[in-house]
Amino acid sequence: MKVLVAVKRVVDYNVKVRVKADNSGVDLANVKMAMNPFCEIAVEEAVRLKEKGIASEVVVVSVGANAAQEQLRTALALGADRAVLVESNDELGSLAIAKLLKAVVDKEQPQLVITGKQAIDSDNNQTGQMLAALTGFAQGTFASKIEIADGKANVTREIDGGLQTVALKLPAIVTTDLRLNEPRYASLPNIMKAKKKPLDVLTPEALGVSTASTVKTLKVEAPATRQAGIKVKSVAELVEKLKNEAKVI
Amino acid sequence: MQREYMEFDVVIVGAGPAGLSAACRLKQKAVEAGQELSVCVVEKGSEVGAHILSGAVFEPRALNELFPDWQALGAPLNTPVKRDDIYLLKSDAAATKIPDFAVPKTMHNEGNYIISLGNLCRWLAQQAENLGVEIYPGFAAQQALIDEQGVVRGIVTGDLGVDHEGKPKDGLYTPGMELRAKYTLFAEGCRGHIGKQLIKQYRLDANADAQHYGIGIKELWEIDPARHEQGLVVHTAGWPLNDENPGGSFLYHLENNQVVVGLIVDLSYSNPHLSPFDEFQRYKHHPVIRQYLEGGKRISYGARAICKGGLNSLPKMVFPGGALIGCDAGTLNFAKIKGSHTAMKSGMLAAEAIVEALAVGREGGDELHNYVKAFEDSWLYDELYRSRNFGAAMHKFGAILGGAFNFVDQNLFGGKIPLTLHDNKPDHACLKPAAQSPKIDYPKPDGKLSFDKLSSVFLSNTNHEEDQPCHLQLIDPNIPLARNLPLYDEPAQRYCPAGVYEIVTQESGEKKFQINAQNCVHCKTCDIKDPAQNITWMTPEGTGGPTYPNM
Repeated sequence: MKVLVAVKRVVDYNVKVRVKADNSGVDLANVKMAMNPFCEIAVEEAVRLKEKGIASEVVVVSVGANAAQEQLRTALALGADRAVLVESNDELGSLAIAKLLKAVVDKEQPQLVITGKQAIDSDNNQTGQMLAALTGFAQGTFASKIEIADGKANVTREIDGGLQTVALKLPAIVTTDLRLNEPRYASLPNIMKAKKKPLDVLTPEALGVSTASTVKTLKVEAPATRQAGIKVKSVAELVEKLKNEAKVI
Repeated sequence: MQREYMEFDVVIVGAGPAGLSAACRLKQKAVEAGQELSVCVVEKGSEVGAHILSGAVFEPRALNELFPDWQALGAPLNTPVKRDDIYLLKSDAAATKIPDFAVPKTMHNEGNYIISLGNLCRWLAQQAENLGVEIYPGFAAQQALIDEQGVVRGIVTGDLGVDHEGKPKDGLYTPGMELRAKYTLFAEGCRGHIGKQLIKQYRLDANADAQHYGIGIKELWEIDPARHEQGLVVHTAGWPLNDENPGGSFLYHLENNQVVVGLIVDLSYSNPHLSPFDEFQRYKHHPVIRQYLEGGKRISYGARAICKGGLNSLPKMVFPGGALIGCDAGTLNFAKIKGSHTAMKSGMLAAEAIVEALAVGREGGDELHNYVKAFEDSWLYDELYRSRNFGAAMHKFGAILGGAFNFVDQNLFGGKIPLTLHDNKPDHACLKPAAQSPKIDYPKPDGKLSFDKLSSVFLSNTNHEEDQPCHLQLIDPNIPLARNLPLYDEPAQRYCPAGVYEIVTQESGEKKFQINAQNCVHCKTCDIKDPAQNITWMTPEGTGGPTYPNM
């Protein structure tokens, strides 16, 4: 069984992002970039499926600038077999990415696609679902457990009230939640070996996908800074302030 | 334990200006000599530049030699220095601007650039990789690999996936490996933890004065364009520090309406109540500094110790199988307050010596005497020789008389005044008892110009894996409470710029010395200043520490 994993290059989770002075976006100049943590969980899950003998090949794909090769190499160091980069310097929305991934799915014909539930930069939580709609594959989102047996994927999902288990007919799409697994470290020898693994670069044009966006970003603003709190002397004063100052009661 | 290993011709510890320049030079010289040469650089930061912090006004001399075409190659030197302003701050409001003619020559910056050293290192790393150097960020050199004959044979990288008790974590444990090399260069920067061990083991400092240090605290600001003057360099001496507790400040106007502002406090300070962090915060309120920062926004924060002992404190730089380069040895020129070009040059000299050694068939493991010789014949040595008295004069005679001495030495004798001042008292022995020192009442931060420690550390993007052994080790766990607290009011609470050390009163009323190792910005000040020399800074799990952008 072939597994396709999508990974995204995002600002490292340790970095405090800052909006550019002209409000055109987030300042990315010399900021550390890394693989989206949910994507890392997706890679780990695929590699574990391979180690269990369930998956025969793990292919990682990323959509984005040439620099995303770094994150693909990381995925290869974690155990993926080969990588595909769909190179584009445009700012792509979830739908454009889902369409590009659909084209890669058509090409690769995987039985299972694993993606992160969302990327920590734009937090959209859309691409996996859109890809499911475009491919017509079954979907299991927010997975905390995946079991593959008899041509089916039993996926335990984290939902508001607890856990829900769904049985998906393969081919299927699964998006990962935090508790699915804890990704391993890329070891030094594996990082070295990853440099020699195959990495193909495609373009949206070659895949015949139009990535034109219908959305235009007008302005990006940082959240308002929180005002310092005050101490009140009595409950009466608190009630008074909530009523007349904050006007919440 | 049997570890996996890999073999290289040269292993370099640390991807800073010294390590990366050495790496580039090794490859350049190997190509010239028609040799095959494998070079591996390990770096504890999560990427190259993540742990780099410097002012920085950069003198391009070494870079001109390493990459004469650096401009065409796109090196990030974008802001030539336009003007030097030097002030003596007399109080929290008064200041005197020092006329140009009265300034020691070494403090003039014509021809230099205001840069982010982190970004220069990112660029150097690209050049190195283009030349075929292998760079592995996120891998910390834990210890030197020393054989039974006492020869350094490489390094061992740190284990990954070990819990706080030192036990391997299930499914995550990834043992470190041996990176073996014919020659190993240590470029960890000031007070490198392996460098410290090597200096001790090979008694490299037997003929040197005690090393001296400062702690530099730095912030990056985006300021009102109307207050910005690209290329302006401002230095101050005096307030809020004094002769007993010396130091100086810098404020540089970079491109894009950004300025960097910082304070360097000499770690020879004597008052244990002093807090370098709080001195820096109140310093920003001085009118000379405030005029630029007001209305601006702080973007980043960080701190790093610097070596300022210069030539007199420079240890022997070679031992069997390798060498110390850059500030792991202590090549900073304190008279210029610059260490980048000197670090780069020392790395280049060591690299040239290695290629020379391998070309004549030496097999590694021996001492690189030719590096020492080349160093002594270089402009680097000449420069450090001329500056050898600068720090000692300030420390011995104070800012006014010491400054006068330095003016005479630098401007009249060109640094060749026929006497050498020695300053042999180590910084950790300079503290006076707390009871005999005046308490310092620091003003509360206003949240506009000055800030508290925790919101500052937040901006350094610092993180460490939570469940791992504490990388700040106490030789004797009782000393902080039993000795340092009664004698010096445990100065670690204040000299640490990241709030790592705290004395906490527990519910039972008992006091506890708490180490918040997760906050550590890897400045090494605790390892230097602890009066009992009881704190050992070890490398935490690779990628841990700050993630500085543009610092």
